[in-house]
Amino acid sequence: MDLFLQQTLDGLATGAIYASLALAVVMIYQAIDHFNFAQGEMAMFSTFIAWQLIAWGMPYWAAFLICLAFSFIGGMLIERVIFAPIHDAPVLSHIVIFIALTLIFNALAGFVWDFTIKEFPSPFPDKLPFESTLIGPHEFGVVGITLVMLGLIYVFFRFTPVGLAMRAAAANPVSAALVGISVKRMLGLGWGLAAVVGAVAGMMIAPKVYLEPNMMLGILLYGFAGAVVGGLTSPGGAVVGGFLMGVLENLAGTYIIGSELKLTFALVVIVAVLLFKPAGLFGRVVVMRV
Amino acid sequence: MALLEVSNLVASYGPIRALHGISFSLEEGGVTTILGANGAGKTSTLRAICGMVKTEGSVHFDGQDISSRPTEAIVRRGVAHVPEGRGTFTRVTTEENLLLGSYSRRDKKAVQSDMEQVYGYFPRLKERRNQQAGTLSGGEQQMLAVGRALMLRPKLMLLDEPSFGLAPLIVEELFAILRRINEDEKVTMLLVEQNATLALDLADHAYLLETGNVVIAGTADEIAADETVRRSYLGY
Repeated sequence: MDLFLQQTLDGLATGAIYASLALAVVMIYQAIDHFNFAQGEMAMFSTFIAWQLIAWGMPYWAAFLICLAFSFIGGMLIERVIFAPIHDAPVLSHIVIFIALTLIFNALAGFVWDFTIKEFPSPFPDKLPFESTLIGPHEFGVVGITLVMLGLIYVFFRFTPVGLAMRAAAANPVSAALVGISVKRMLGLGWGLAAVVGAVAGMMIAPKVYLEPNMMLGILLYGFAGAVVGGLTSPGGAVVGGFLMGVLENLAGTYIIGSELKLTFALVVIVAVLLFKPAGLFGRVVVMRV
Repeated sequence: MALLEVSNLVASYGPIRALHGISFSLEEGGVTTILGANGAGKTSTLRAICGMVKTEGSVHFDGQDISSRPTEAIVRRGVAHVPEGRGTFTRVTTEENLLLGSYSRRDKKAVQSDMEQVYGYFPRLKERRNQQAGTLSGGEQQMLAVGRALMLRPKLMLLDEPSFGLAPLIVEELFAILRRINEDEKVTMLLVEQNATLALDLADHAYLLETGNVVIAGTADEIAADETVRRSYLGY
């Protein structure tokens, strides 16, 4: 029983990372109808920035915040410089650019910081505030930070005028422009926010998997699986899907398939969901009234 | 001085020209209608004014050239466009739709009272304020589109076929409210309609468009009395 609880709680911690990435992917998908394959490498690159700042002697949380600011601006720049000009281009152009971005970030990180693995510090104390053998202090902190971040994002989209405008611009850009919303600016903001969410995920997972340019490869796959399970049209669903993937991955790894096939598991889930419930658990089945 | 002065306006969708250099002007406070058959360029005229299609020529609004401005900047100057198909934000509530209408307003304090004013014109929207806007009926969504436009406190309202797809009784109700809005709020209106009888009844001035050109212009009464218009568009 202890093993089951341990694995479940640990799964929630990695699930928090998947949930963040799934959310970042869905945020961009909602706005531009494309899957950002480069989300993981962007997160990895952000994490390297934080690592560099810490290596230069900056305190963790200062580096954390500067890294978020950098990611936000970086995300906006990527939208403005690369994706705004190809906004109406066909889907293949987008895919090619996503792949190119992935490779560029990967190679650039390797070029600047080389490919050897690096330790990335955990910001959380070594001991839990309570006695428990079921969850480690870092895992506990990761879940906490992620929940706070998700809560803030929910409040932002649900209750602020800018959040409402962003949802409007993503759902109906023509009408949004007609009420005076700058759809371009909202798109940039969306990319910035997604990059921030990804950066948090990167910095939270790095202490566990160690920092190196290929760190996010498998993790992003789980993020995608989470997004697909939850439903690409539902940010809340993507978050739930991410947590679910974390737990399922751990339980399947412990009891059924062992750790070698873990990644395959994510792919099987993606294929199964697309086959049997393409809208995902919480996604909206698109019905057109004609 | 005219509130809107359009001269030699050309609009194209890619290689296809929809407007071949039309000119017209709107007097402040009036209701002007653009009549014409399908494909005459009525919707394109409204879109061109709002910068939603590629244009040449000039559009002066309130004394300033707006012809090369992005849509959202034109809207912020007080041009509210009630689009073809109503443009509802379907996944948010009725009230959030109205809030979005006031998005570009600086005087946020007046928004609440303006919302009450919109509910005054359209009590049905108040009953449905927390309902997802996509579930409203066609008539209610049209009212919502007008309400959303009003939330901008516009100087000029562009109305693209507000009667489209609505039951005759609803249309009558809607046009009565449009008349009240024009009179009480002093909102200048440019109305595009297929239903010429209805449009000429509300409007004081009218233009007739044929394949991207203005062919007849005059007061609504003159146009209504015109032999060709009567036969081709009023059907008697």
